[in-house]
Amino acid sequence: MKRQKWSGIIFVNGFLLLIVILWSIPTLGLLVSSFRVPFDIQTSGWWTVFPHREWQTVAVIENPRETLGVDPDTVMEIEGVFGTFEEFREGVASGDLQVTWIGNKRIGRVEVQEEVWTVNWDFTLQNYQTVIFGRDTEIQNPDGSSQTIPGQDMQQAFLNSLAVSIPSTVIPILIAAFAAYAFAWMKFPGRRWFFIMVVALLVVPLQIALVPILSDYNALGINGEFLSVWLAHTGFGLALATYLLYNYMSTLPRETLESAFIDGASHFTVFTKLVLPLSVPALASFAIFQFLWVWNDYLVALVFLGVDPSKKVLTQRLADLTGTFGNAWHLLTAGAFVTMILPMIVFIVLQRYFVRGLMAGSVKG
Amino acid sequence: MASVTYKNVYKRFGDVTVITDLNMEIADKEFVVFVGPSGCGKSTSLRMLAGLEEISEGDIMIGDRVVNDVPPKDRDIAMVFQSYALYPHMSVYDNMAFGLKLRKTPKAEIDRRVKEAADILGLGNLLDRKPKALSGGQRQRVAVGRAIVREPAVFLMDEPLSNLDAKLRVSARAEITKLHKRLGTTFIYVTHDQVEAMTMGDRIAVLADGILQQIDSPRTLYKRPNNIFVAGFIGSPSMNFFNATIVQEEGKMIVDTGDFRVEIPAEKQATFKDVVGKEVVFGMRPENIHVPQYAPPGIVAAPFDVTIEVVELLGHELNIFATSGKNSLVATVDTRLEANVGNKIGLVMDMGQMHIFDKNTEMAIR
Repeated sequence: MKRQKWSGIIFVNGFLLLIVILWSIPTLGLLVSSFRVPFDIQTSGWWTVFPHREWQTVAVIENPRETLGVDPDTVMEIEGVFGTFEEFREGVASGDLQVTWIGNKRIGRVEVQEEVWTVNWDFTLQNYQTVIFGRDTEIQNPDGSSQTIPGQDMQQAFLNSLAVSIPSTVIPILIAAFAAYAFAWMKFPGRRWFFIMVVALLVVPLQIALVPILSDYNALGINGEFLSVWLAHTGFGLALATYLLYNYMSTLPRETLESAFIDGASHFTVFTKLVLPLSVPALASFAIFQFLWVWNDYLVALVFLGVDPSKKVLTQRLADLTGTFGNAWHLLTAGAFVTMILPMIVFIVLQRYFVRGLMAGSVKG
Repeated sequence: MASVTYKNVYKRFGDVTVITDLNMEIADKEFVVFVGPSGCGKSTSLRMLAGLEEISEGDIMIGDRVVNDVPPKDRDIAMVFQSYALYPHMSVYDNMAFGLKLRKTPKAEIDRRVKEAADILGLGNLLDRKPKALSGGQRQRVAVGRAIVREPAVFLMDEPLSNLDAKLRVSARAEITKLHKRLGTTFIYVTHDQVEAMTMGDRIAVLADGILQQIDSPRTLYKRPNNIFVAGFIGSPSMNFFNATIVQEEGKMIVDTGDFRVEIPAEKQATFKDVVGKEVVFGMRPENIHVPQYAPPGIVAAPFDVTIEVVELLGHELNIFATSGKNSLVATVDTRLEANVGNKIGLVMDMGQMHIFDKNTEMAIR
């Protein structure tokens, strides 16, 4: 019995560890790549930063026909390795050595390689520098004078993302908390139907609403303003927020609220003094959800903010990085990491609420 | 300080009527206990008084004010809940001060009242703690303290001791009784525990199926139950009931259960002359059945025979479950009796303590 329990624990923990490793490897790869020089990124994998064996050329023999006196049409012996010309073209390995014939039979050269332990530790901060501060480009004007064009950096985009995300998180939470309280604890006609409507809105895909909202924003003249994204995210997030907070608030003990009513509290007092403080786990967990979703959102920002460079958010800049510089892997990796920093901080700071909020109502206590 | 009156009160949830025509007058400073099995409407009656449930019909008055449409906070009541319903994120002090703060009581006054209540309840050194750092008994006292500081006209308690362990419950019971004497406020106390009801209440209201069965002092309730329900509910073990006929033979009046016959004392005969020859329910409490040799002197003993089925020795009392023909009964007898399962023994009933109920209406005949 005890043995069984132990093996169970080991199995579960081992499995979890495996999942954690599997899920962290891509992130680790991204992190490592972001510090590598562009040439390395394009020629070798990020895992080569770990100690590994690699063939390294120790000797080059030019014009082997002459210098070594071998006949490529027969079996040759080069540096103690035997093989035909075809085999040497592929590279013949023997022990620690690998001998490769490069070029044609008449005027080739032979490379002797040895397998050695090595690490590719050629790290740089240049990627981050370029991504964060931009890279100035100097161009020569036809009249001979030179001109410096400041590069596009991510700082503005970072601030824009904050300007979008924070209000887009706070506004729906504020509204949803009031709504959830009303649905959970106040009696009013049509409560049930309104709530069913909220739940029904959960399944409406965002894309359906893009065009009508865009045309409304055009009519209102707020297209391209931050306000338009705040409102859009508020609208799209409100249904889930209300539902999530309702589920939590309705599990608060009825007697505690009743006790407050008898103590002389109004609905508003009960809401602010009792329900809000007690709902912190749910509020925080939704805040994380909403913040991550808005922070990583590309579509809504693209549609409602447009392509005005001064209003581009991080996700848009990140997409630009690859576009502007071709396949600039080194910049993409660094940019991705800059983008991830804030959500990671938010998650780590609030994670205890996150777990508690998800578990809300499922266990007592 | 106020009286409480229920006047023809009904409570319906949809088609279900949970309180039917409740009439009750509770005097100022009285301690009244609502008791009954679960689902009898005792909590609902209390919650209607607190303003937590709407009244479907009738009037509830606190003092001489009809409070049907008065919100809970304006009824001048305080309530202690079964779960204590403390505010988990506030300290003990803030829990008690919450109601006063909402009423804009001056700070010094709040402080004075909270300290005073804490003194009464022995919570003085716990005022900074959060509820989760308190034991069950302490939480219960905080809940009471929260009600005390409000100095309400009526104190409502909804099974406040149910979540305590048995030992603590006994001491908490005494504390609440003392508190009532000290505060001199009207107390209304809901419980399903008849021991709490009997020990604490000035009067006890017995409810069943949303109908008030009887409201009386504990002694009257025990001695003169109105009907079979009250007779069976009050007292432990429950009263024995036998289907019986009352017959008159040679100047004697006899209860005939078919299995045994016991004689009604002469001075009670007049009471039952109307039901002679009719089927009735004959009631006898287990503690009024004795073993002949240990029977207290001066009782009107009526002998009958039983077969012992189960014996339960509780230390201070001995319960025997026995049968007499098709009737089964419980008797609480003297512990000196050497009772063995299967034995046939003779017992006596104290006919001075007999109860007769109408078989159809289940009402007491007296």
